[in-house]
Amino acid sequence: MKRNIVSAAVVAALIGSYAGVSTAASAPKVSDGVVKIGVLTDLSGTYSDLAGNGSVIAARMAVEDFQKQAKSPFKIEIVSADHQNKGDLASNKAREWFERDGVDMITDLVTTSTALAVMPVAKEKNRITMVSGAASTLITGKNCTDTNVHYTYDTYALAVGTGKAVVKQGGDTWFFLTADYAFGHSLEKDTGDVVIANGGKVLGSVRHPFPGTDFSSFLLKAQASGAKVIGLANAGTDTTNSIKQAAEFGITPKQTLAGLLMFITDVNTLGLKTAQGMYLTEGFYWDLNDETRAWSKRFFERHKKMPTMVHAGIYSSTMHYLQAVLAAGTDDTKVVMAKMKSTPVNDFFAKNARIRDDGRLVHDFYLLQVKKPEESKYPWDYYHVRQTIPANDAVVPIAKSECPLVKK
Amino acid sequence: MFELLGITPQGLYSQLLVGLINGSFYAILSLGLAVIFGMLNIINFSHGAQYMMGAFIAWLGLTQLPVWTGSADAAMSYWVALIVAPLVVGLFGILIERTMLCRLYKLDHLYGLLLTFGLALIIEGLFRDWYGISGQRYEIPESLQGAINVGFMFLPKYRAWVIVASLSVCFATWYVIERTKLGSYLRAATENPKLVQAFGVNVPLMITLTYGFGVALAAFAGVLGAPIFTVSPKMGADLIIVVFAVVVIGGMGSILGSIVTGLGLGLIEGLTKVFYPEASAVVIFVIMAIVLMVRPAGLFGRER
Repeated sequence: MKRNIVSAAVVAALIGSYAGVSTAASAPKVSDGVVKIGVLTDLSGTYSDLAGNGSVIAARMAVEDFQKQAKSPFKIEIVSADHQNKGDLASNKAREWFERDGVDMITDLVTTSTALAVMPVAKEKNRITMVSGAASTLITGKNCTDTNVHYTYDTYALAVGTGKAVVKQGGDTWFFLTADYAFGHSLEKDTGDVVIANGGKVLGSVRHPFPGTDFSSFLLKAQASGAKVIGLANAGTDTTNSIKQAAEFGITPKQTLAGLLMFITDVNTLGLKTAQGMYLTEGFYWDLNDETRAWSKRFFERHKKMPTMVHAGIYSSTMHYLQAVLAAGTDDTKVVMAKMKSTPVNDFFAKNARIRDDGRLVHDFYLLQVKKPEESKYPWDYYHVRQTIPANDAVVPIAKSECPLVKK
Repeated sequence: MFELLGITPQGLYSQLLVGLINGSFYAILSLGLAVIFGMLNIINFSHGAQYMMGAFIAWLGLTQLPVWTGSADAAMSYWVALIVAPLVVGLFGILIERTMLCRLYKLDHLYGLLLTFGLALIIEGLFRDWYGISGQRYEIPESLQGAINVGFMFLPKYRAWVIVASLSVCFATWYVIERTKLGSYLRAATENPKLVQAFGVNVPLMITLTYGFGVALAAFAGVLGAPIFTVSPKMGADLIIVVFAVVVIGGMGSILGSIVTGLGLGLIEGLTKVFYPEASAVVIFVIMAIVLMVRPAGLFGRER
């Protein structure tokens, strides 16, 4: 805080001494003269396709578009790093970025353990985190901070979407195959609650080390339970391997698999033949409407794959952040956070969406079903949009929130 | 008794069978490592990357060869890949050995480890750059699809084949090394290369071919693993750490030791997954720590 005031004062003095008539009089006073955004993601491991390099590209696109349309008066820089899905690596990198490199905002933070590790560091250093990749409801629950925005999705939305839909289809007994870390536990709990609330039963669960390679033993346990539905509370290559191996062991189609967190990149790997009929919940689909198609095609030109909701979320959140800095006239954390929370988001990603006190962006979700191979007419044409889940249904109700910042 | 343990007999047997399948992978991979270390004194950290290359060559042959040559008939079937991939990767291994590894034999183990580790990083990085991390699909060959009902579980035919194939190859390798003339030359050349060379045996050639063979074993395991695990640049890295623990437990350089330990540890890992799944990634390393404290040379190893 003090550092920002001092450097802001220095910059103001310099600008003031430069020219009497200055159009820069209204220029935002940014710390160190540049707004630095750090993309901290998984560049080489289990989640690098759903986030990874695509996240960096999305952030760059946002900066370039902002500079073009706003003729931004301040410099913007993007840095990126690989946290390898490890919390300690992530928090060390974040500290280095905040203390040494003057990074003002860190985004992506795929893998819940990295998000939970970096958020307190950002609070301590009074910088902003905008989580797009991680999923646990702890981020806006017990672990919420007032310098954090949880932008794209969380395990509650997935549970309400996929969980409810599958139970309504007759899948009323569940067994969970869970990745043994914060995200998996969170997804298992939230989905279990939804299943029970809708009249179903949870017969049990098994936790596998994260990341895993061979799921055959765990899948056999799920098979032995006799549950109608096996809920996959994992993501990325863990999910795709579980699905492949379940088919191999004759577990499907007798039992249904519910991919509780699946991305379009996973469906691409599995192929429509294997994934057809599966339900999933996403906060974004590239083929939703003309606006999403236009943006996604631009993204595709640079990344050669269609965007996942994480990528779209990073573009939208980075743009929202930069617009807030411009409108607020500073990159001071408290002012920018207030500006971001008071301004609605209105772009291809979300319409009339607002950020709540706990940092959660409240926006619509979509229940999707994977098409059959013969129903797909062009590359990446993978989903039927079965339902739009209204924004307020897809977030933890304020009354149930465990975040101390929330006034109930 | 079974009800007390919280599992049915069927559940236990099926998990043990799955453990046996994983154990077969560990056995064949640790065999390759043991052969290379036993004969060459090189700790081949690029074993995982070579395993991955074997899987990728099988995938490339099946899906990309028709694209490159423009003819659908050019697709390399799984059975052909089982022979071609080890040959190709084995040749690549021989190239590495002739150009880089042969300079390190007289030096400390550490140099071989560093070189092969560096190679592994380069190979994995290149594949990741070319093909991304999510992995590619490799279908189980038609003749091996489906499952056999063995009473307590449905055993996928393909996994049964994996057990048969790896155990046959392991046994054949053990037989050649321990029971044939060629094997005895190899073993003698390891103990006293100068003396054996004085007898007129071409020792450098044997060493090169041995490295090539060890690498080919890894690639063979890669082709076996391609339909089961997603063919991805990190598939080797995931597996190789465990395999190294297996080799350390079995004793570096002992052929029979690595086979038996590989199978045994696969079974133990399978049991752990039944009773305490969260520990299944760790149990092999715990055993390794205990074995190292009690018998530093490994269970079957000889003091060097």
